[in-house]
Amino acid sequence: MRQHASYWAFVVHRVSGIALALFLPLHFWTLAGALEGSLAWTEAPLVKLGEWLIVVALAAHLGGGLRVLALEFLPWRDWQKSLAAAAGALAVGVGLAFALAL
Amino acid sequence: MSYKTQAALWLLQRASAAVLGVCVVVHLFTIIYAVRGGLTSAEILERTRGSVGWFAFYSLFVLAVTIHVPIGLRSICTEWLHWRGRSRDFALLLFAAFVAWAGMHAVLAVYI
Repeated sequence: MRQHASYWAFVVHRVSGIALALFLPLHFWTLAGALEGSLAWTEAPLVKLGEWLIVVALAAHLGGGLRVLALEFLPWRDWQKSLAAAAGALAVGVGLAFALAL
Repeated sequence: MSYKTQAALWLLQRASAAVLGVCVVVHLFTIIYAVRGGLTSAEILERTRGSVGWFAFYSLFVLAVTIHVPIGLRSICTEWLHWRGRSRDFALLLFAAFVAWAGMHAVLAVYI
């Protein structure tokens, strides 16, 4: 089972979800307070790496979630087998676009 | 937990996911646009301060997240931590309340 793309889609969806849930309080706290000060600390390489990872996690979770909705709500078609690959492609695409914008 | 409640949570999770699908796409585009040339408070506030549209968008975003995240964590608590029962649901309700409060606090901070 662990060789199966669906298993990895499940693991990525779950782990990215946990990462986003943990990041959320930090995100809200930063927005509520730090906007009064400087955001220069976001230029630090480690912060940028963290930002990149969380943006990729968000894109991966979005892709994984759309996959689940398509599997559960659309009538079954053969192309739905490729949804795990499409979810991965979305995460990679967003990751590249964000890395280029950083 | 009754089947009715389980079904309601399943439906709420999917409904909030559908809303979040739209919100996250908008958010990702905004993030990629906002970080070009460095992230500054002034740039963010210029976009959001006094904007009823962004205020409504982020309020809806926070509402959907408040529903979606605790229900997702509930499955993880059950399946991976074997944490069930009232203590789990009470902790998740507290977490939901915190997310709603902190989220709206952040939304108001960039709006006012």
